[in-house]
Amino acid sequence: MPREKIPRQQMPEQEADVRRHNFKEVPFGFTPELAQREASRCLFCKKPKCVAGCPVNIDIPAFIRLIKEGDFDGAAKKLKEENALPAICGRVCPQEEQCEIVCVTGIKDEPVAIGRLERFAADYERDNNLVTIPKKAPATGKKAAIVGCGPAGLTVAGELAKLGHDVTIYEALHQPGGVLMYGIPEFRLPKAIVNAEVDYVKKLGVEIIYNAVIGRYLTVDELQGQYDSIFLGTGAGLPYFMNIPGENLNGVYSANEYLTRSNLMRAYLFPEYDTPVVQSKKVAVLGGGNVAMDSARTALRLGAEEVNIIYRRSRKEMPARIEEVHHAEEEGVVMQLLTNPTELLGDEEGWVKGMRCIRMELGEPDASGRRRPVPIEGSEFEIEVDTVVVSIGNGANPLIPQTTEGLDTNKWGNIIADDQTCVTSKPGVYAGGDIVIGAATVILAMGAGKQASQAMHRYMMGIPEPEPEPKDDKKDDKK
Amino acid sequence: MNKIVMKKVLSEGVKEFEIESPQIAKSRHAGQFVIVRANEKGERIPLTIADANVEKGTITLIFQEVGKSTMLMGSFNEGDSFLDVVGPLGKPTHTENFGTVVCMGGGIGVAPMHPIAQALKQAGNRVIAIIGARSKELLIMEDRIKAASHEMHISTDDGSFGVHGFVTDVLQSLIDKGEKVDLCVAIGPVPMMNASCKLTKQYDIPTVVSLNPIMVDGTGMCGACRVTVGGKTRFVCVDGPEFNGHEVDFVELVKRQRAYLPQEREAREQYQHECGHHNHH
Ligand SMILES: Cc1cc2nc3c(=O)[nH]c(=O)nc-3n(C[C@H](O)[C@H](O)[C@H](O)COP(=O)(O)OP(=O)(O)OC[C@H]3O[C@@H](n4cnc5c(N)ncnc54)[C@H](O)[C@@H]3O)c2cc1C
Ligand SMILES: Cc1cc2nc3c(=O)[nH]c(=O)nc-3n(C[C@H](O)[C@H](O)[C@H](O)COP(=O)(O)OP(=O)(O)OC[C@H]3O[C@@H](n4cnc5c(N)ncnc54)[C@H](O)[C@@H]3O)c2cc1C
Ligand code: SF4
Ligand code: SF4
Ligand code: FES
Repeated sequence: MPREKIPRQQMPEQEADVRRHNFKEVPFGFTPELAQREASRCLFCKKPKCVAGCPVNIDIPAFIRLIKEGDFDGAAKKLKEENALPAICGRVCPQEEQCEIVCVTGIKDEPVAIGRLERFAADYERDNNLVTIPKKAPATGKKAAIVGCGPAGLTVAGELAKLGHDVTIYEALHQPGGVLMYGIPEFRLPKAIVNAEVDYVKKLGVEIIYNAVIGRYLTVDELQGQYDSIFLGTGAGLPYFMNIPGENLNGVYSANEYLTRSNLMRAYLFPEYDTPVVQSKKVAVLGGGNVAMDSARTALRLGAEEVNIIYRRSRKEMPARIEEVHHAEEEGVVMQLLTNPTELLGDEEGWVKGMRCIRMELGEPDASGRRRPVPIEGSEFEIEVDTVVVSIGNGANPLIPQTTEGLDTNKWGNIIADDQTCVTSKPGVYAGGDIVIGAATVILAMGAGKQASQAMHRYMMGIPEPEPEPKDDKKDDKK
Repeated sequence: MNKIVMKKVLSEGVKEFEIESPQIAKSRHAGQFVIVRANEKGERIPLTIADANVEKGTITLIFQEVGKSTMLMGSFNEGDSFLDVVGPLGKPTHTENFGTVVCMGGGIGVAPMHPIAQALKQAGNRVIAIIGARSKELLIMEDRIKAASHEMHISTDDGSFGVHGFVTDVLQSLIDKGEKVDLCVAIGPVPMMNASCKLTKQYDIPTVVSLNPIMVDGTGMCGACRVTVGGKTRFVCVDGPEFNGHEVDFVELVKRQRAYLPQEREAREQYQHECGHHNHH
């Protein structure tokens, strides 16, 4: 039976020259009609490839079928069986390399817009006040402490609370969400949505203690005296710099600082809010990932006239999501590819005023399989800038390893944890998310959180670990 | 939480607050600080823990009103609360028995110097304190510094009290008198710390300074607080706040402290305008 071919549905969005001046979310999301039309593109495969592509194994055909049938609330509930934060993942997951890349519809046509449908169902449920709190298991009398209120910590907290445990989150900042709140900008992930998802976790009975920097306020060892198990979900919050001359000039920011001032501290509303950020005309953002795109687009919205992304490889190697690069270019961000900064130039008062760069070309592939950029001799040039945002990556904050007895880390400072159970070298202490695997994605942090919560539950209840999978028996030699 | 249980005006524009914060009172050490946010729209303001009382569960903050946020906080009264108090942050002071230690505090720097002097005295050092201010009315914590040291000297820029001159002049005369100094701690405005380090360098006296760059999170996440020490970039909130003063690039520090002057002026003027006039004791 030949099917009528329906194209992949686009989400309506704000026009580029309007949105570059405001912090409101860029896409408006599917209408129910668009969502149902998109849902009807799914083949509802018996052995769905998409599910295997999703790190938390959402029953994708099941939730899409509910949308197709018009049961949007049911679709949201289906999503929440496996993913406590669907409104967030539907927005920020790199769907094009996870669930959608393996979708069979994508072989001959474009894949089903799984992420957009996920977002639609979650938004529908929230906007219509249909969110319900699942039944919790009877209280176990066990207590768990979670360090860090990012997606990893929130997932562990939610899962453990549902299993009947008493859960407390300790968060260093004055707000929840981790990168979701301080890093990813409002125009890509509205903070009201993050707050709603956090509220859901709180309604499950989870307590959040803010302004508690573990390692200083209390140590992990002190927490161990008070709790039956501990999860460390402290993220990759340590900004890297380029280590080139001039990096400490005024006007040079790490992406973390630039985005934190704008998102968490609301510097874009200065002086109504007290935290300032520099007023820029010409901004250079160093790096080619999502963080760089977010910084560049934030710079436009803070009033910059010209924003350049400086990236040392070519467009093909850019780690940012295609959609984000596309959005940034539409808004007027200029990509300076195969270009590397060598020095930042300052004025008398210590302000950055220029940048020396060198052109690069791609040489032989390196260990990562990507062609290594090499400088082209004699190709140096200078550009004028008054603000530079360094977004070349983040590492692990050493505070907790430094203040915790017997917690092993690898050579990059990441906490070592088992890839099945998330247990660390310290019995009863688990870790997951960016602090273990390095700066990655929201959904991987949540996936780790789910695994950890299961293992923590077994540990606290004295349930033996299940037999390890036969094929990877080496790493699972625990109790 | 974070309730102000005691407020005192120490001198023109310098306020002392005792704040309920039992866990921080328990876990803090000399040299550490907190970050305070007055209200929902407030900036994150770092302040040294000048003292703590574990039994009462309180910490003491002493600050100078220099801009909008400190003025707003200064207008708070007993019974009010700060929205957020995070801490203790930073590395504790390295304390051991060095022998004779000179603790110099200039202006508001006397407050952060106080717990360090206490700790060094506790560790068995002979503590000589030198505290200074522009004039007599601006001098703070005289009694407490006296209690935290074995010997105390005072200087004022205008000669209205103690030695006429700077704290460095007092240190110079101690050295001239043959005092053997094993360690110097200098805390105050950057020019004062810079001058102190220049002097102690001549006599090879190891010198610790406590730096106060602009901060945001205070946990090592943003890099706003970076300074150059010994040619390397360090984050003051996690690698400090105390550093070897002979290695600090003070010129860069001063420039970085001035990064938001126009915005700070705007915020202050708007605040003072809203408050009618400059009066908030
Ligand atoms: C600007 C930006 C854009 C991004 N865009 C995307 C995207 O589009 N899609 C995507 O999938 N991923 C994106 N990421 C990556 C994603 O946000 C992270 O992988 C994810 O947030 C990691 O979650 P986490 O829970 O491990 O850590 P985090 O989100 O980093 O949360 C860690 C939390 O722990 C707290 N903490 C740290 N130390 C302590 C301590 N000692 N005591 C108490 N609390 C502590 C922190 O304050 C923080 O709240 C982006 C990241 C950034 C920075
Ligand atoms: C570790 C540390 C400990 C400190 N301890 C004390 C103390 O015990 N007592 C005290 O009076 N002051 C202390 N300070 C300085 C105090 O934080 C600033 O005076 C205060 O932030 C000024 O804020 P404002 O809005 O009132 O003034 P603004 O008008 O905003 O600024 C005035 C000046 O203060 C500095 N400043 C501004 N914002 C910040 C910020 N977010 N972080 C740090 N400095 C900033 C700048 O150099 C600026 O030029 C400390 C600073 C640090 C980093
Ligand atoms: S959570 Fe992410 S990977 Fe999984 S279905 Fe949703 S968008 Fe795809
Ligand atoms: S692979 Fe594609 S078509 Fe098949 S069930 Fe998943 S989303 Fe639907
Ligand atoms: S204040 Fe952000 S890293 Fe020090």
